[in-house]
This record gives sequence, C-alpha cells and structure tokens, in this order.
Amino acid sequence: MKQLKSIGLWVSLLAVAALGIGPIANHSASLRETIYIIMQVIVLAASLNILLGFTGYVSFGHIVFFGLGGYVGLYLINAQDWPLWSAALAGGLASGLLAFLLGKAILRLRGAYFALATIGINEAVRAFTNNFDPFGGPIGMTLNFKVYNSYGGAANALWMAYYAVFAIALLAVVLNFVVKNSKFGLGLMAIREDEGAAEVMGVITPNAKTWAFVLSAILPGIVGTLFFFKNGHIEPGDAFRLDYSIEMLVIVMLGGQGSVLGPILGAAGYEGLRNYLLTSPLFKNIQLSVAGALLLVIVLFIPAGAVGWLRRRVPIFGKVLA
Amino acid sequence: MGNLFIASLIDGLLIGFVYGIAAMGLSLIWGVMNVINLAHAPIMALAMFGVYLLFTSLNMNPYIALILIALIGLIGGVIIYYVAIHRVLSAPPLSTLLATYAVNMIMIGLGTATFSTTPRNVNFTLGSIGSGDLTVQGTRLVAAIVATVVTGALYFFLYRTRPGKNIRAVANNRAAAELMGIPSSRVLALSFGLGTLLAAVAGGLIATFFPFTILAGNAYQLKSFVIVVLGGLGNPIGSLLGGLILGVMEGVIPIFMPNSWVPVLEFILFVIILLVRPTGLFGAKK
Repeated sequence: MKQLKSIGLWVSLLAVAALGIGPIANHSASLRETIYIIMQVIVLAASLNILLGFTGYVSFGHIVFFGLGGYVGLYLINAQDWPLWSAALAGGLASGLLAFLLGKAILRLRGAYFALATIGINEAVRAFTNNFDPFGGPIGMTLNFKVYNSYGGAANALWMAYYAVFAIALLAVVLNFVVKNSKFGLGLMAIREDEGAAEVMGVITPNAKTWAFVLSAILPGIVGTLFFFKNGHIEPGDAFRLDYSIEMLVIVMLGGQGSVLGPILGAAGYEGLRNYLLTSPLFKNIQLSVAGALLLVIVLFIPAGAVGWLRRRVPIFGKVLA
Repeated sequence: MGNLFIASLIDGLLIGFVYGIAAMGLSLIWGVMNVINLAHAPIMALAMFGVYLLFTSLNMNPYIALILIALIGLIGGVIIYYVAIHRVLSAPPLSTLLATYAVNMIMIGLGTATFSTTPRNVNFTLGSIGSGDLTVQGTRLVAAIVATVVTGALYFFLYRTRPGKNIRAVANNRAAAELMGIPSSRVLALSFGLGTLLAAVAGGLIATFFPFTILAGNAYQLKSFVIVVLGGLGNPIGSLLGGLILGVMEGVIPIFMPNSWVPVLEFILFVIILLVRPTGLFGAKK
C-alpha cells in the first residue's frame, strides 16, 4: 500500500515535469510564458488545496497571500536592493506571518462566515495598499529596469523566474503529498469530516487549522514575488484580484479537491481550455461564458472533480492516484 | 462645515436605502437556502443595462422600465434556480458557490461581448431639492422612496400572503415544511427569484444616478456582503439598516479623510463584525 501511494506522488511529479520541460527543450519564450502561468496556478491551487481539500475551509480571498508576497518582495528588491531569492523568501514569510496572525481569529468561523471573512481581508488589504505610500499607493511600484542587469539581462531573468516557479510547483506537489500522508494531514482531514469529533479524538483543532492556513500561504507569497518581478510592475488591482482567487477554487474543484494530482489536472485543464477559447475565432468573444457553462456542467454532474471521476471509473486509478 | 456634514449625511442615507435592498436580495437567498449568490453582481449590472436600453432606445421613463426589469429579474432568478442551483442544493456548500459563480461567468461573458466594458450612464434627471450646500438630487430621493416601498412590499408579502408564509416556513425548516404539504422546490425557486428581483431593482435604481459598466456590479456585490454581515445573514430588515450604516459611512467619512480610505474602514469593520458578532448587529436567523 505504501508503495502504491508513492506511485501517486511520482505520477503527479511526472505530470508537472512533463509540462515544465517543454519550454526548456525548445527554448520557446512564448511557450514559456504559457507554462509559467500554468506552473503558478499549480502552486496556488495546490496551496489552496491544503486548506480547502484537506481541511474543508473555503478560502475565497486566498489571493491576498499572492498579492502581499508580491508587494513585500518587490518592495525589498526595489527600495532595499535585496536579491530576488531572499526577497521572494521574505515575501513568502510575510504571507505566512499574515496567515498566522489572522488564523486563530478567523478560523473560528465556519462555512460561509469564513469564506466571507477571507473576502473581507483581501479587500481590506487591497484598499489599504491603495493608500499605503511606501508601496506606491494606487499607482503601485515599477521595478527599476537596471535590477535585471544583475541577473544577466531581462531575457535571462525571465528564464530564471521560470526555473524558480517550476521548482516551486514541484515543491508544492511534494508538500501536498507529505501533508496528506502525515499525522498532521490526518488531523486536518478529520477536521474536514467533523470538527467536533476531531477535537474529541485529540486533534488540537485551532493549532492544526492555523498551521494549515500558514502552510497554504507561504508558497503563494513566494510565487507572488516571482510573478511581479517578472512582470516588472505591481499595483493593487493586479495583486489582489478576487476573480483570480475564485478561479483557483474552480481549478481545485475541477481537478478534485483533497487529492495531490487534482490541482495539477485542474490547472493544466483550465488554463489549456482558456488558451484555446481565447485564440479560437468562434469563442474568443464569449470565452468567459463558455468556461462558465463548462464549469456549471462539471459542478452539476461531476462534483468529485476529474480525479474523483477517474478513481471511480477506472479501478486501478483508485489505488494509484494520490 | 455643518451644512456639508448634513448634506453628506442625507446623501449617504439615500444611497444607503438602495444598497440596503441590494443586500436584502443576497440575505433573503442566504436565509432561505444557505446559498451565497455570486451571480448577484451581473444581475445588478444587467439590470442597469436594461434600464439604460429601455430609456435610450424606447425613451421609456426609467421608473416604468424598472418595473419591467424587476419582473425580468424575478423570472430570470427562477430560471437560474432551476438550471444551476436546484441540483446542488444539498451538496457541500462549495458546490452552490461554484454554481452561482459559473452563472456569474456566463452572464458577464455574454454581457461583455454585447455591451463591451465602456461606461454608460442614463441621462435622466429629476432636478434637485434645496439650495446651496443642502441640495438633494431628485433621482436619489426617488430611489430611496422606491427602496422603502419595495421593502414594505417584501415584508407584506412574506408576512401576510400564503406564498410568503411558505417561504418563511421553508427557511425555518425545509423538511418540516415539506411534511406540511408545502412544495419546497417551487418555494425555493420563488425565493431565489425574489432575491434576484431585489438585486435588479437596486441595479436599476443605481443606474439612474451613477455611471456604470458591465463590471460595475462587482463593487456593489462586495458592498452587499459587508451590509449583509452588518445586518446579520438571513435578516432582510437588518440588511436595510446595514445599508443605511454603510451609506452614511460613505457619505460622512470623506469629510474627514481621503475618499480612498472609505473601503479600508468598511472592510476592517466587516472583518471585525464577523469575528466579534458573526450574527450581525441586528441578529440573524438561527
């Protein structure tokens, strides 16, 4: 059984690696940009999965950690001349810290109240950055172009950001797997099924939930820094997009919440579909509607997501897919 | 200063009525079926465009257009319920969120393709009352009156009519209501329709005094969340009061600090209320 489980991990890692190798193999910058976004979505969705899939808490404003990480990282690079790597790490830690500080308070709320609170926090942080002068207020911050020189020019810096996001996507998958198969993860899943019962069985629920929240916040903070470093510019509207946050929920649901492979399938499927719709002459104007209609069909008829569906249809997958 | 304060206060209160009925729609749907309707925003936006189109192309009086839009809102809501919500109502809460979000995507997608995202406004005015600093726009005054009438009508409907009592019974205990012979799915559809009707009326009223785009609903949907939490989820009259509070905040705060601080205070208040008193200031269902 143990071996079968680790097959699931390898399947997931292989899927991410297969996606990520493409642009490196043929040195295509346009393919790299496409895959970059998919990798970023994998990180965000897999992180959200720790909270949503394992713990059963629906965080609507999870994008706040991505945005905050981006802001902190870019500020450190721009104003304090930090190197990218330590700035990205600091971005991740800042997000983790925010999650830690908020966690105990808002994780007492359940269901819809928790979901609404996370929206409120995202909007409060967005509105605050709009007024916060060190972060540039409503105009945001633009990266000094010279910064790229220390990474061998802009073109090189973009490749570096890509390698980094690729590595973090692999890390996110491993993190999901480790959490899922740890005692800590079992505690989270017990909370998901019945929080009261979990508490009676000895899971210290406030702590477990807080750590799950922190774990789900750190990687989004890191990729936030990477993305806005690559982008060269950050502003409140781009950093704290509520609709992007909801897209992550959609992706986790599509792939199958609570599974390791789910967020990967969801990310690749959703982004692939969107790219197709955006470029096809037939659907280009109504791509959002087509995506919405598909989402509706999936929610109504395949509620367990792609992984859940595969597990039920193909018995061998039930054992192998993590 | 005194006059400015009173004028801002009145302006805020009047807008607050409209915010209130928008939030009431959200709160009603939550109270009856525990669904957070994420399609609230596009419904409001499409209602704005409905009033705009009827006004510009048919030269219809916006308030007559509003009645038509309200009816379409009701029917649209019933359709949305049967297509998207009915099947997932007893599934985990995330499913209904995603279902309504899918409806949101479909409507925004079609709306953007049809109307693009350029701002529009309904070029309609009822003049203003008062003088100097103390003037009140006619359209805002009428909007507040319409909102009050709609609230009154809703309460009359919920407390004095048979279908209204059915809605309250289903909200209270769906299984028990079914045992009493109440056709619960029809009642749920009607409640969803009423919720979207309220959203549509609010959208239509806003269109008479603010410019808007197809994406304008998002801001009002967020405000509605804040208001619903202030007033207590599932408590429609609380929503009206919550709307007034928010309206007054928006009217009065800019006198003391830059306008851009208003949302910061709003959302901090929102999170604090959720933490300290999740049932809202005026109590909620359950």
